[in-house]
Amino acid sequence: MSLNRSDIVNIARLARLALTEQEIPLYVEGLSRIMGLVGELDRADTSQVEPMAHPLPGQRQRLRFDSVTETDRHELYQRNAPQVEAGLYLVPRVIE
Amino acid sequence: MSAPHDMSVAELSAALQARQLSSVEVTRAFLERVTRHQADLNAFISITAEAALVEAAQADARLRAKDAGPLTGVPIAHKDIFCTRGEKTTCGSRMLANFVSPYDATVVERLRAAGVVMLGKTNMDEFAMGSSNETSFFGPVKNPWDVARVPGGSSGGSAAAVAARLTPAATATDTGGSIRQPAALCGVTGLKPTYGRVSRFGMVAFASSLDQGGLITRSAEDAALLLGAMAGFDERDSTSVELPVPDYNGVLGQPIKGLKIGVLKEFFDKGLDPEIEQHIRAALDLLRSQGAVIKDVSLPNLPLSVPTYYVVAPAECSSNLARFDGVRYGHRCDNPRDLLDLYQRSRGEGFGAEVKRRIMTGTYVLSAGYYDAFYLKAQRVRQLISNDFERAFHEVDVVIGPTTPTTAFELGAKTSDPVTMYLNDIYTIGANLAGLPAISLPCGLSHGLPTAMQIIGPHFGEERLLNVAHRYQLESDWHRRVPPGFA
Repeated sequence: MSLNRSDIVNIARLARLALTEQEIPLYVEGLSRIMGLVGELDRADTSQVEPMAHPLPGQRQRLRFDSVTETDRHELYQRNAPQVEAGLYLVPRVIE
Repeated sequence: MSAPHDMSVAELSAALQARQLSSVEVTRAFLERVTRHQADLNAFISITAEAALVEAAQADARLRAKDAGPLTGVPIAHKDIFCTRGEKTTCGSRMLANFVSPYDATVVERLRAAGVVMLGKTNMDEFAMGSSNETSFFGPVKNPWDVARVPGGSSGGSAAAVAARLTPAATATDTGGSIRQPAALCGVTGLKPTYGRVSRFGMVAFASSLDQGGLITRSAEDAALLLGAMAGFDERDSTSVELPVPDYNGVLGQPIKGLKIGVLKEFFDKGLDPEIEQHIRAALDLLRSQGAVIKDVSLPNLPLSVPTYYVVAPAECSSNLARFDGVRYGHRCDNPRDLLDLYQRSRGEGFGAEVKRRIMTGTYVLSAGYYDAFYLKAQRVRQLISNDFERAFHEVDVVIGPTTPTTAFELGAKTSDPVTMYLNDIYTIGANLAGLPAISLPCGLSHGLPTAMQIIGPHFGEERLLNVAHRYQLESDWHRRVPPGFA
C-alpha cells in the first residue's frame, strides 16, 4: 500500500506535527513501507473472531470511587511548564 | 572476596548483610566504573552520584541498625523512562530533555523503600521506540562486546550497563521486546513480566496495552530477588492486577523433571542465524538431561505478530503522545504565531524521526475510514495470536525459541529502512501482544558476540520461567561471561 505526499501532509496536520520540506519524502517512503508490512494482515481469516479488548482474558478496567484523592500541587507541577504566570499556563492569544 | 563489580545482587546482598562491605564502598566502586565508561559506552543519560552516596549512607545506617531488607544498600540503575523525584526523566527525547519528575514511579518508589541505591538513569531509544538505541536524542549506546555494534533497544543503556559491570542490575521496559532483545544482544538476562504484574504508574507511556516494566540482570536469581520488590498491585495503575506476589526466590532450584517444553516451530522456520539455532538446541539438550520433556508446538498465527504490532503500538503511541503539547511540560518552540503553530512546531522539533513516524502511522490507522480496516483488523489478529498461545499452554508448560534472529549488528546497518529494523523484534512481539511473561538468557557466543534463547510462559508464570532459567544457569556459564575489557 502506497501513500503520497498529500496523504503525509494531511496525517501530519491531524497529528499536529510540523514537518520540513525535506522530511516529507522520508515519511512518504517510510509509511508506505510500514503499510506494506501491515497489508500482510489480510492473509488472516478473522471473520469468526472478536477484536481483542484486554491482554489478560477476563480482565476488566478497574474503576475507582469518584472522590478527591490528590492534594493541590500545581506549583510543583508548573515548575516544568515552559511559561506560567499567576498559576496559569500561558499560550498565544486565542481570541482576538 | 571479589571486587564489588564482579558480584551478583545476591552476593552483594550477602556481603552487605554480613557487613563485609558497606553500601558506600559498593556504590563508589560502581560509580567509578559508570563514570569511566561513559565516554566509550554512553550507557547513561544522568549519573546521580551525589544522591547515590546519600542513599548509600542511609542504607549503611539501616544495615548497622539491623533495620535492613535483602536489597538494602544494593545499587541499581533505572531506565530513563521511570520518573524519579527531583531528577531528570528524559525518555531519551529532546521533548523531555529538561523535565524534572515531581514524583517517583511506583517501581522506583518500591525499590527505594527496599533500600536500593540509584546510580543513575540509563540511555534508551526515544520514548522506547527503537531496537538499536540509535533513536536516542542523547546519542547511541555502544555494545560492550564490540563498540562498533548496537546494544539493541529500547533498553540499550540498561543492557550495556549490566553487561559491562557498571551496575549489578537495571530496570527496563518492554513493549515489543525492549527488555529481551537488548539483553540478548548484550549477553545478559532480561525478564518481561506478565502484563499488569508491575505497575506502570510513573513509567512514561508508549503503548499502554503492551508496556510492561521489568529487569535486566546478570542472572535469573538476581531477577527473582528484584522482581519480588518491584511487583504487585498498585491502585494508581488501572491495569495493575490484584494478585499476591509470590516468593520468586523461594521457588528457585526446584527440579524440572517432567516439565513440558514446547519448541516454537515457527521461530525456527527461516531467517534465524544457524549458529543461534545450534546454541538453543544445545540448551534444550541440557534441559532434557535434567528431565524436561521437549516437544514441537506450532503457533500458526505467530508470523503475523510484526504487522499486528505495527498497527496496535503506533495507534496507542499516537494517542499517548498527544499529551506533549508544548504547554504544560516539555519542549516549546520559540515565538509561536498562534496555538496551532505552538503545538505543531513544539512537537515537530521535540520529537525525533522514529517517534514522528510512529505517531503518524498511528494517526493514519486510527483516522476516519481506516479504523476498521487496520486497527480492528489488527486487534482481531492479536486475538488469534493470543488464542494460539493459550492452546500451546494446554499442551506444554513453557515454550522456548530464539530472542533475536541475529547477534548484535553494526551501528547504522539498519537505520535506512524502518521495516528492516522492525523485523529485529519478530520473536519478541508475540509475548507482548498476548500479555505473557518471557525471559531472555544468554546461551552461547558466536564470533565473540552473545547469542540468546527466550522462554515464554503462561500469564503469571514468572516463577516457572525464573526456575527453568535458574536451572539452566546452574549448569551453564554463558551468563557469567564478561565482555573483554570489562572484567
